[in-house]
Amino acid sequence: MTTSNVTIDEAGSEERPLLEIRDLAISFQTANGEFQAVKNAHLTIMPGETVAIVGESGSGKSTTALAAIGLLPANGRVSGGQILLDGEDISHAPERRMIELRGNTIGMVPQDPMSNLNPVWKIGYQVRETLRANGKPNAPADVARVLGEAGLPDSARRAKQYPHEFSGGMRQRALIAIGLSCQPRLLIADEPTSALDVTVQRQILDHLDTMTTELGTAVLLITHDLGLAAERADKVVVMYRGNVVEAGPSLELLRNPQHPYTQRLVASAPSLASRRIQAAKAEGIQTEELLAPTEAVEEKALPDDVLKVEGLTKVFKLRSGVGKAADFTAVDNVSFNVKRGTTTAIVGESGSGKSTVAQMVLNLLAPTSGRIVFDGVDTSTLNSREIFKFRRRVQPIFQDPYGSLDPMYNIFRTIEEPLRTHKIGDKASREKKVRELLDQVALPQSTMQRYPNELSGGQRQRVAIARALALDPEVIICDEAVSALDVLVQAQVLNLLAELQSNLGLTYLFITHDLAVVRQIADHVCVMQKGKLVETGSTDDVFDAPQQDYTKALLNAIPGASLMLPPAVA
Amino acid sequence: MIQYILRRLLQVIPVFLGTTLLVYFMVFALPGDPIRALFGDRPPSEAVIAALRRQYNLDQPFWVQYGLFLKNLFTFNLGVDFTGQPIAATLGRIFPVTAMLAVEALAIQAVFGVAFGLIAGLRKGKLFDSTVLVASLVVIAVPTFVLGFVLQLVVGVQLGWAKPTVGANADWGTLILPATVLGLVSFAYVLRLTRASVIENMNADYVRTATAKGLSRPRVVLAHILRNSMIPVVTYLGANLGGLMGGAIVTEGIFNVPGVGQKLYQAVIRSEGPTVVAIVSVLVLVFVAANLLVDLLYAWLDPRIRYEK
Repeated sequence: MTTSNVTIDEAGSEERPLLEIRDLAISFQTANGEFQAVKNAHLTIMPGETVAIVGESGSGKSTTALAAIGLLPANGRVSGGQILLDGEDISHAPERRMIELRGNTIGMVPQDPMSNLNPVWKIGYQVRETLRANGKPNAPADVARVLGEAGLPDSARRAKQYPHEFSGGMRQRALIAIGLSCQPRLLIADEPTSALDVTVQRQILDHLDTMTTELGTAVLLITHDLGLAAERADKVVVMYRGNVVEAGPSLELLRNPQHPYTQRLVASAPSLASRRIQAAKAEGIQTEELLAPTEAVEEKALPDDVLKVEGLTKVFKLRSGVGKAADFTAVDNVSFNVKRGTTTAIVGESGSGKSTVAQMVLNLLAPTSGRIVFDGVDTSTLNSREIFKFRRRVQPIFQDPYGSLDPMYNIFRTIEEPLRTHKIGDKASREKKVRELLDQVALPQSTMQRYPNELSGGQRQRVAIARALALDPEVIICDEAVSALDVLVQAQVLNLLAELQSNLGLTYLFITHDLAVVRQIADHVCVMQKGKLVETGSTDDVFDAPQQDYTKALLNAIPGASLMLPPAVA
Repeated sequence: MIQYILRRLLQVIPVFLGTTLLVYFMVFALPGDPIRALFGDRPPSEAVIAALRRQYNLDQPFWVQYGLFLKNLFTFNLGVDFTGQPIAATLGRIFPVTAMLAVEALAIQAVFGVAFGLIAGLRKGKLFDSTVLVASLVVIAVPTFVLGFVLQLVVGVQLGWAKPTVGANADWGTLILPATVLGLVSFAYVLRLTRASVIENMNADYVRTATAKGLSRPRVVLAHILRNSMIPVVTYLGANLGGLMGGAIVTEGIFNVPGVGQKLYQAVIRSEGPTVVAIVSVLVLVFVAANLLVDLLYAWLDPRIRYEK
């Protein structure tokens, strides 16, 4: 049996590491030959310690973690290095041994609570089979206790429900219950909260912290959010393109990043950026360089309200039980104005009605009451021809760049389509326009002949922006337009949007759940909760002096809140 | 739930009336005179023909004939066919045989289709998978009558493992050959459907989570892959049961099975309206029941589906 080294950075520690990954290489067999997903990964976790791996998608962080629990996809294999669990190399352990280890020695909390519970089994059953497989007592009372400890209220009754009867946060609690049910020594938490609302995210992470501290469980936390990693972990390991580029104690790494990639990550992580602005303001430092250059537009004349929303209400009829219809007020008497050439953000958690507002502003959904006045005209009075013209002036960019581009259309056709629909120009002039648009969004013109599946998420979102710009609109509604993107890509897209705004005088209505993003791009903020507008004001006012408890809760939930960061940026 | 079932059962009434009317009309519109056709080359006197016509109400206009048929139906008097046999007795003789054949065929295709499909799916791209895929394609491509005659000749006559024909006294054992032939074609579809569904499900996140929980491989496969993969398969099997009950004219013909398919064929050839419609009426009920059963099974397999109204 191999005796492992005592770690170098933890001076004086004679304990043996619980998990030590040495020179790990993982390759995938693909149609185009062997692909090295992880080239050189190394990390050490001491018993009871929390270590975070940070990186963008494709950096190999999840692959590394999956290898540690023996769950690489069928076409992947460990091609080099060692994974030492308590001194035992498990990188090529037989499946029988891994089944012994999984559950009671290594637990896992997966990323997406929506897809990680089997929809056809009751929650209690899915907890119970875990207990049974690992030889733990598994009576209904034990199941209820395990679920209750994970913070699920009324757990005995809840155990009899199916996953689809749970909210996202509840499902994640159930998954945490499953992951910790057999008191593993190591818990692998793969982006455990990235699919959840910020306030829920905070509750879940707090609870996870408490539980793992009580049980003395070591945690390997996988995340793309550096702020979150720094706040929750003792040590941070940064991965980039399959390599560990930097590792060290969290705060040290944040304050003094060595590797260029880490430096970029520290500079552009939205949660950190928004904190940094706060910190800089507190010290009276000019923040112009830190903010996206949106304020330049103020010079322009006509700071009129291009969009006025007055008393907007939307009531949906819900079917509940036999023949009864219950009313659900998704949007409740919402009013706000959007000034030309500025960015207004509507912030709220899922279910707050923010996307419903966006749909009504886009005239895709008719309001139950209230008015939407665009450029002085009530949009509900428009006839179909006028709506057609209205659509030229107000364009959307949606969240999912995978779902909102037609996979059968090449990029040229995608961007040209609105021009063709509105019968603008002839073939040659349309092609010229498409080339210009691609230049504007910083995509090579050769992209025209490619298809959406050949592009990365950031490139697709650029295509979506180009398509929205094709008709020279005045207002662009961005519905979670950057939520699906990695932080660095997100920063690039936000910069692009800011640049386009100052060049073209665009007005943005930005729908998002991410306050950190709001801080970077918005001039005005509207905070929505359960259909109501609870707070509105300029971004600075809302961030510096939030009036409502809900807004404060949202602000506190931005990861990295407790970190003290230097205001100056590298 | 009970409301849902009741509502579904009420839907049977218009479906039943519509199909019987349509079938009755089609038989009515068939060219030729069924009474004359009965006698072949030596026609009887016009008086006899007229009497027979009166007896079977063939001298009445279409709507009267259909009305009389309905009246008889609701008084549970299906009447006699052209050979003088009571239709009710005929139905009582042919349906059990076809039901046995259908259930046996369904069992064969379900058991083997799901088992082979599961293994092929789990071993996607391996030798077993490729072999099974090619073999199933061959089975789909070969027409039933070729398959039927070949099996009859080889297994029934040359090897003598099973009775080559069924004859009057059909039971589970004698029906094994026709049931195999009947089951084989859909077996290939069940196999492919199961395989595709398994491949889709085995890469699902919850399967990985199940493995991460420390479950053994057989448990992961049975509780998390197979159960979820059964949803489309059950739908197909249920719909297929209706089809099998309709009688397989070719298969029943080859193996001389005295079932629905054979009888229906004869009745259509003789333009025996009452017999055809009586058989079709029972089939309509079977179809509706099979579909209802599938929908209920569906809700049981997938708790996300709930029938509220």
